[in-house]
Amino acid sequence: MKTTLRTSLATALTLLAFAVIGATLLSGTHELTRERIAASERAAQLKLLAQTLPPGSFDNDLVQSARILPADPRLGLRQGSQAWIASRHGRPVAVVLEVAAPDGYAGEIRMLVGIGSDGSVSGVRVTGHRETPGLGDYIERGKSDWIEQFNGKTLASPPAKAWKVKKDGGAFDAVAGATLTPRAVIKAVRRTLEYFAAERDNLLDIPPAQTEVPPPPLQPSP
Amino acid sequence: MSDEIRAILKNGLWTQNPGIVQLLGLCPLLAISNNVVNALSLGLATTLVMAVASSSVSVFRNLIPSAIRIPVFILIIAVLVTVVELLIHAHMLALYVVLGVFIPLITTNCIVLARVEAFASKRNTLHSTLDAVAMGIGLTLVLVALGAMREIAGSGTLFAGFDLAFGPAAKALTLTLIPDYPGFLLAILPPGAFIGLGLLIAARNWIDARRAVRTERDGKAARPASAVQPAA
Repeated sequence: MKTTLRTSLATALTLLAFAVIGATLLSGTHELTRERIAASERAAQLKLLAQTLPPGSFDNDLVQSARILPADPRLGLRQGSQAWIASRHGRPVAVVLEVAAPDGYAGEIRMLVGIGSDGSVSGVRVTGHRETPGLGDYIERGKSDWIEQFNGKTLASPPAKAWKVKKDGGAFDAVAGATLTPRAVIKAVRRTLEYFAAERDNLLDIPPAQTEVPPPPLQPSP
Repeated sequence: MSDEIRAILKNGLWTQNPGIVQLLGLCPLLAISNNVVNALSLGLATTLVMAVASSSVSVFRNLIPSAIRIPVFILIIAVLVTVVELLIHAHMLALYVVLGVFIPLITTNCIVLARVEAFASKRNTLHSTLDAVAMGIGLTLVLVALGAMREIAGSGTLFAGFDLAFGPAAKALTLTLIPDYPGFLLAILPPGAFIGLGLLIAARNWIDARRAVRTERDGKAARPASAVQPAA
């Protein structure tokens, strides 16, 4: 009886000792890598965000400018999506919006859409999707430059009815055999532009008075 | 090299190869072998975990009561995998994103636990480490062979995306073997993994069968003069 107890106790203590050593190792590694992980996550996010904006067009810290937008069907995300405001010399010049196309071939396609303050697309990048590898994944910038054709597009150019793939009589190229994927992306970018057109002043933090009523010209002082 | 060590290496790389003989750890093998860079990275990560797990279990083998050996082994493996995961996350973010859930899943890869339980818990540290490395390299070779087959057949390239794992300089390694290749989807999708693995297993069995036939024939021919060493 006594030996059984002693064996059980020794066994339990051994397991405990290994658990303590394991936990120590883990927390040590976590401490050592934490800053590095945060830094590389941040660098990767910045790199991706910067790809949706013309190089050198902004001088602020994009990660710092992040804000959460209320959920909106035009953005396609169930939760509120993030937005990053790019500014130059303190004036907002562009916004990067996190959006999703809900109707991809295999579910949601998540994207970042950069829009200049003039309402034109400055860049689109796909951040997550489950489209067929080798077929629908040409929407990734790493696979092809298809996504670049959105650059410079606005709500008016091409006109609303040309926001389609060429096969459907629109203005956008698509790879034969995989048209569901680009259709979803094109629709999502269009919806994002519509959202931007409606929310522009809100997004870019421009007080209404400033855009609607131009400041009166300064009277030369006598 | 002693016979013992040679036997351990041969066992891991060929006779008991985890990928095409023991067929252990099929989930990552099939899921992540759609190109060479994924296959090689996961293979090396698994090898590293196996080597450290086997050597540490072997060091502590006399301290671990047999009643709780499996929980202790799993604890050791899980800790090592998490450490490797944190390191990859910190230093190779792009690769971390690609391999995703398959890094933590190394914990549940049965080949790791199998070598620890069947080998490292009974043998000395040198042999245990060697065994784990041999098994890991054996698995990596199968992964890379399968990855290369699927990448060539599926997209006509080889070594695409090496820059994810080995820095921007490795981008130059990408070989486009077949220009303007239309792509062969089946090879990239999961069925391609099963078919490719089947072909690899068949090839290995064919080589073994041929070798057996030849040994038998040579054995019959050489029996009268068995004292004569065959020329190397």
